[in-house]
Amino acid sequence: MKFSLSWLRRYLDTDASVDAICDALNAIGIEVEGVEDPAAKLSGFRVARVLTAARHPDADKLQVLTVDTGSGEPLQVVCGAPNARAGLVGVLGLPGAVVPANGLQLKKSAIRGVESNGMMCSTRELELGDDHDGIIELPEDAPVGTSFAEYRGVDPVIDVSITPNRPDCMGVYGIARDLAAKGLGTLKPVPAVNVAATFPCPIEIRTDDPEGCPAFYGRVIKSVRNGPSPQWLQDFLKSAGQRPISALVDATNYVMLAYGRPAHAYDLAKLTGAVVARRARDGEQVIALNGKTYALDAEMTVIADTVGVHDIAGIMGGEHSGCEESTTDVLLEIAYFDPERIARTGRKLNLTSDARSRFERGIDPTFLDSGLDILSGLILELCGGEASEIVRAGAAPSTPKTVHFDPDLTERLGGVAISPQRQQAILESLGFGVVAEEAGFDKRWIVTVPGWRPDIDGGPDLVEEVVRIHGIDEVKSVALPRADGVARPTATPAQRLERRVRRAAAARGLHEAVTWSFLPVAEAEHFADGEVWTLANPISEDMKAMRPSLLPGLLSAARRNLDRGAKGLRLFELGRRYLRGGSGASDERLALGLVLAGEKSPRGWATGKAASFDAYDAKAEALALLAEAGAPVDKLQVMGEAGAQFHPGQSGTLRLGPRTVLARFGMLHPATARQFDLEGPVALAELFLDAIPARKSASGFARHAYAPPALQPVTRDFAFLVPSSLPAADLVRAVQGADKANIVAGRLFDDFRGAGVPDGHKSLGIDVTLQPGEKSYAEADLKAIADKVTAAAAKLGATLRG
Amino acid sequence: MIDLDTILASIAYAGSLDEVEALRVKHLGKQGDVSALLKTLGAMSPDERKVEGPKIHALRESVAGALATRKAALENAALEEQLASETIDLTLPAPETPRGSVHPISQVMDELAEVFADLGFAVATGPEIEDDWHNFTALNMPESHPARAMHDTFYFPDRDAEGREMLLRTHTSPVQIRAMIEQGAPIRIIAPGRVYRSDSDATHTPMFHQIEGLVIDKGIHLGHLKWTLETFLKAYFERDDVVLRLRPSYFPFTEPSVEVDVGYTMVNGKRVVGGSEGWMEVLGSGMVNRKVIAAAGLDPDEWQGFAFGTGVDRLAMLKYGMDDLRAFFDGDVRWLSHYGFSALDVPTLSAGVGTAA
Repeated sequence: MKFSLSWLRRYLDTDASVDAICDALNAIGIEVEGVEDPAAKLSGFRVARVLTAARHPDADKLQVLTVDTGSGEPLQVVCGAPNARAGLVGVLGLPGAVVPANGLQLKKSAIRGVESNGMMCSTRELELGDDHDGIIELPEDAPVGTSFAEYRGVDPVIDVSITPNRPDCMGVYGIARDLAAKGLGTLKPVPAVNVAATFPCPIEIRTDDPEGCPAFYGRVIKSVRNGPSPQWLQDFLKSAGQRPISALVDATNYVMLAYGRPAHAYDLAKLTGAVVARRARDGEQVIALNGKTYALDAEMTVIADTVGVHDIAGIMGGEHSGCEESTTDVLLEIAYFDPERIARTGRKLNLTSDARSRFERGIDPTFLDSGLDILSGLILELCGGEASEIVRAGAAPSTPKTVHFDPDLTERLGGVAISPQRQQAILESLGFGVVAEEAGFDKRWIVTVPGWRPDIDGGPDLVEEVVRIHGIDEVKSVALPRADGVARPTATPAQRLERRVRRAAAARGLHEAVTWSFLPVAEAEHFADGEVWTLANPISEDMKAMRPSLLPGLLSAARRNLDRGAKGLRLFELGRRYLRGGSGASDERLALGLVLAGEKSPRGWATGKAASFDAYDAKAEALALLAEAGAPVDKLQVMGEAGAQFHPGQSGTLRLGPRTVLARFGMLHPATARQFDLEGPVALAELFLDAIPARKSASGFARHAYAPPALQPVTRDFAFLVPSSLPAADLVRAVQGADKANIVAGRLFDDFRGAGVPDGHKSLGIDVTLQPGEKSYAEADLKAIADKVTAAAAKLGATLRG
Repeated sequence: MIDLDTILASIAYAGSLDEVEALRVKHLGKQGDVSALLKTLGAMSPDERKVEGPKIHALRESVAGALATRKAALENAALEEQLASETIDLTLPAPETPRGSVHPISQVMDELAEVFADLGFAVATGPEIEDDWHNFTALNMPESHPARAMHDTFYFPDRDAEGREMLLRTHTSPVQIRAMIEQGAPIRIIAPGRVYRSDSDATHTPMFHQIEGLVIDKGIHLGHLKWTLETFLKAYFERDDVVLRLRPSYFPFTEPSVEVDVGYTMVNGKRVVGGSEGWMEVLGSGMVNRKVIAAAGLDPDEWQGFAFGTGVDRLAMLKYGMDDLRAFFDGDVRWLSHYGFSALDVPTLSAGVGTAA
């Protein structure tokens, strides 16, 4: 909200500077967003008189002026304005001044070879109006040499942000009251206006919706002359960022901006029959003052006559019944609307207005008569006319709120000791009434809340009032009580896992990305198993669905990087997937996605050509990170069904048992790659960290006792011919299980197809590690073990290769 | 007669290992002349042997020593020659290993967790797809509350089983409610995480990160809040000249409500936290509203406390100097390499939670 200093001073008797006022506003919780000081903007511009004007020797449209600046020698100035002439008093910008309209700094220059020592300005250049046809013409007697800011009497404008709990400060008077309480001056009383009512109100006024409109006061003023409002009012409104319209409209806006009290003026000639506050009928429509048509429903309160709706109550008036230049008789409306209904209606219609923002925060229910009197008086003053009697339909809630308050609470909650006397003085200066409830002044108070403070309903609210006016700087820091000893660990197992896996991935050379939780619907659905969460009001179609997988966001990030010329890319993200949970709740699961795109290693002097990532790289990352996450990786099995987004022949899942999928990995399906505009091979993996079984809690920190075997292990190599379709892991598992007492490891070291190997077969080489126990192996022992290995392999159709 | 000098000279001039071996056979081999001399000892009388024995043995040792020395010299020369032929160009590049990084948001969240753990705060979490009761109603923002409209909320068309509107949480504050309901009081938690507002311009992104703090206990007041925020900011920025300015404000879920500015100093045209040349808003906070404590099932006459919230992205920018929020969510590896952290930069109190430039 914006207001000028002189507007504030209309209600607050103060000598305080703008800076002091702003500091005080910030200190009491009215945040100053900016101060516009037109004087600062106009420094360097002064009133000057043109002494002579002559044609520029080299330019038809330019003149060379000599200008009296009030001191020293007249200056030579080149000017292009058609109205520049000897004798004109205007505004001269001197070298160093900054032109408000374009930010350019003036300096001495030569224009077409003629020296120019400044610029005669137009109103538009000084941002004082739109006129750019010529330079400003001031009255003949304007004092040459004075600063233009001083001559014009410009007024600083303060821009404050009002928190939604303070409808009273949505009027300049309320701000003045707060400043007075802070000690910045004396608050002037609200003017008591006596309006002579000379005739009965000629129009019926009713409220048929006492819930939505408990009170509807109105009166007619007849024989007004509407026209432009006076300069002081226009200046006030302009300082608030409002465009002056006409005296009648400006008067209602003034009452709203000055006292936070919205009001409405109807052109009586455009009304037919009784004016009634009622619920709208479903399907009823109104064209509002903003020119837009709104469809109403029965939950919305409106003001209507027998013909139709003229006002979306408390939000915006109708176009048809508004005041115009020709208006002679007006109906003034001051009503009390239910804040909740206003808020709901405004939200449903998606219609914001100055009136709505005040009504929905809560209007002073005790200010109807005063507000109507002030408005009537102002209209009579500006437009003449005669006022009717007031019609009061219904009544605003009138019982003042009271709060039981223990002044000790200020110290208990606010952490600052303030004497009861000081607390009382603060509350009273804000308009609260303070009465001691029982014996002992400093114990229990009954505090009466003024009508303009709907936000106050308990002790803590009063603590805030007292502390903010007393000075929140007075609150001293007090250390939180601390547990004995060093701080206890606080991280949960899930948090420890997350931190560990993140740093493991970074240590393995992957960059952590943070991508949007949102995806285009098509991308989300492509990666989803069930229904995705889709926003009703997305910021764009590309950010509409919640990601069911971390992979699409990473693929898009990969494409952006490749587009920027990245050659090899290792990206991961650790975050949530958003799935549907029970009872309509969300099910958010921790996952790690990773994408390996482009070159795994660049071409090199030792390695030759660049190498691309393949599915085994994705598998390696998945296994390494699962191991860091504490998953039992030696028990994992590689199975299929990685998903339609993966190359069907070059992807797999890592499972613990047949159902628990801990990760999927492999190469991107070429069709998915096309969807993401990705060229070249892309390996990727997704780890479902939430699926990792919790580790059985270890008892303490000590490891198992270290007991190395006494004898050296022995290794034996086996080469088997197997059908090409046999998964190598099946053979290795069979070999490992052939003699568990002796075989401690089996490792595949060769997969060969080609010369010497029959068609449809492959040769798999496995080195088997045997660990002797009590005594070394004899030849016969080794032969027996080898036979078991061969027999176990034979069950899978493997034959020992000769 | 055998002449030692001649033998030694012949050994010294041996030009190859083969020649050395031939000389060894000639002198010390089974048929060698020195070996033959040794054999004569057996036939000598004890007195003769006493005189001749040491001489002959000395001769043998001299020859053997000379042979060993010459052999070693020749082997060394051969090795040196071989090594010289094996020289490689060590200015060639070594194999490259990729360098990864931890995102600044993760790093800063770890830093905050470390600082707050020391103050006794645990880390709590909650869903990002929330219902309007947890996000608004329980936080004293009933349906018609004007503050709801100011939140630029993303809504889903869905409702949960209890008929509550589903939405993307607009702040981390609903975690307060969930934590109080689940854990009761006393409680000290921080809740970092993603939050969402339907807002997008140069300084706002529709998704960003907040961290929420909550203390509920007995006798907690505004002074404790001020101390906690000062202590946290000093520890996070690792500066003792962090100055706070409290301003009364309004949040529906706190009463009194306080906005917190931190003082900054201009260094090379950038704002650096510390000192008080100017003020910037960093935190919203206040004493938890009685209605919120009651909504979470606790007795507001027994328990009171404070809550605060701040932007993690902003804290990261203020400390580490990034100036474009949008770049946080782009996944640009150039940016990540520049602003990201090494996996080994684990924040600890003993080393200081921050990582120097």
